[in-house]
Amino acid sequence: MEDMWNTYIWPTLIILGQIGLMIGVVMIAVAYLTYFERKVLGAMQRRQGPMTVGPFGLLQPIADGIKLFSKETIIPSQANAPVFILAPMMLFMLALLAWAVIPVDAQMVIANINVGILFLFAVSSMGVYGVLMAGWASNSRYAFLGGLRSASQMVSYEVSMGLVIVCVLLCVGSLNLTDIVVTPRPVWVQIMLLPMLVVFLVSILAETNRAPFDLPEGESELSGGFMVEYSAMTFALFFLGEYANMILMSAMCTVLFLGGWLPPFGIEVLAFVPGFIWFALKTAGVLFFFLWTRATFPRYRYDQLMRLGWKVFLPLTLLWVFVVSGMLIAFDALPQ
Amino acid sequence: MASTEFLSEYLPILIFLIIASGLSVAMIAASFLAGKQNPDKEKLAAYECGFDAFDDARNKFDVRFYLVAILFIIFDLEIAFLFPWAISLGSIGMFGFWSMAFFLGILTIGFIYEWKKGALEWE
Repeated sequence: MEDMWNTYIWPTLIILGQIGLMIGVVMIAVAYLTYFERKVLGAMQRRQGPMTVGPFGLLQPIADGIKLFSKETIIPSQANAPVFILAPMMLFMLALLAWAVIPVDAQMVIANINVGILFLFAVSSMGVYGVLMAGWASNSRYAFLGGLRSASQMVSYEVSMGLVIVCVLLCVGSLNLTDIVVTPRPVWVQIMLLPMLVVFLVSILAETNRAPFDLPEGESELSGGFMVEYSAMTFALFFLGEYANMILMSAMCTVLFLGGWLPPFGIEVLAFVPGFIWFALKTAGVLFFFLWTRATFPRYRYDQLMRLGWKVFLPLTLLWVFVVSGMLIAFDALPQ
Repeated sequence: MASTEFLSEYLPILIFLIIASGLSVAMIAASFLAGKQNPDKEKLAAYECGFDAFDDARNKFDVRFYLVAILFIIFDLEIAFLFPWAISLGSIGMFGFWSMAFFLGILTIGFIYEWKKGALEWE
């Protein structure tokens, strides 16, 4: 009995606690990302943003949540009901699941698997299924077109994202996310990876269907894209999933390029601040970039979007894989 | 023993998957029970800016979406090959480097062909 308690029940309880904590933190982060977005957009347009609910409008996301929760769930009569309901659930579930391998601090990771980045890449690309299911199951023209557009946009930018990840892996020599963070990179390697950071930042905007690549939603032409038929919690799950994905992609960017939980620029003096705070700050910085671009740039046209993805990013990243690997071989700097 | 240890690394992911699915089911079910459901025929019709839908929405679509999907499969497979190559380049040396260069060279020829054929044009 004692033995069983120690080998099975106790570890399981610890895992459950970690998962509960992670989901809780991500959900709160999602709620306050919507608040942050409205405040930042407000400030950039010289408005105040939400101010009514609670002090400085701080309870606004909770009020929004309760409103969406109590709305009527509409399932269109023409729709394929099981797939229609499964689509938002799948997107939301995947957006949460990927957090299982993200290291928020040294040793602070739920599942420290040795193929972490592969898992992350796989889970984040499965989001396309949710979008396609939603677009097809709704049986509405807007949703159908939005789903198609969104799916082809997401797969197009995933290619360049994958090649960017390969560039980073060349310099690190491991698929484990903790190793990717802690492996030291010389300054010239960092400079070499800088163009890839730019490509990655643009690609994650397209991956998460954010402005200026928010064509799948395209209010003025598609009136909401693949989400047009959704209401109440089915819509809210799409919404939560999209924002959780934004945070996930920012976290991925932090892990791959910005040094994860380590203090910025390797300044030892700043090491007294706990690692997860640095991680959160860096992720928030990337999220601010998301909102900044949304406030700054007009929406792209679809042909421009595809041209950028296939004719600029794909050749550039493919070439860069060779530049990085060639340089590492030439300077004998490959990780053994 | 080694294999069970290997699998136990993935146990948290399995539990996470179950909890995340349960949470999304619970959220939709709770909202469905909490909200007042009052459906009628017009409300459940497909949204098409006011008028009734003419026919089924799932009709023909542009073949270019299909092309993009095919191109994606090719390049994503290539990336799947690049992952193990990238982390083992230190031990496979110049031979590994030139093998991959040869492989990607062939793919690049195909890519140039697609480009010249206009598969990447969206007008």
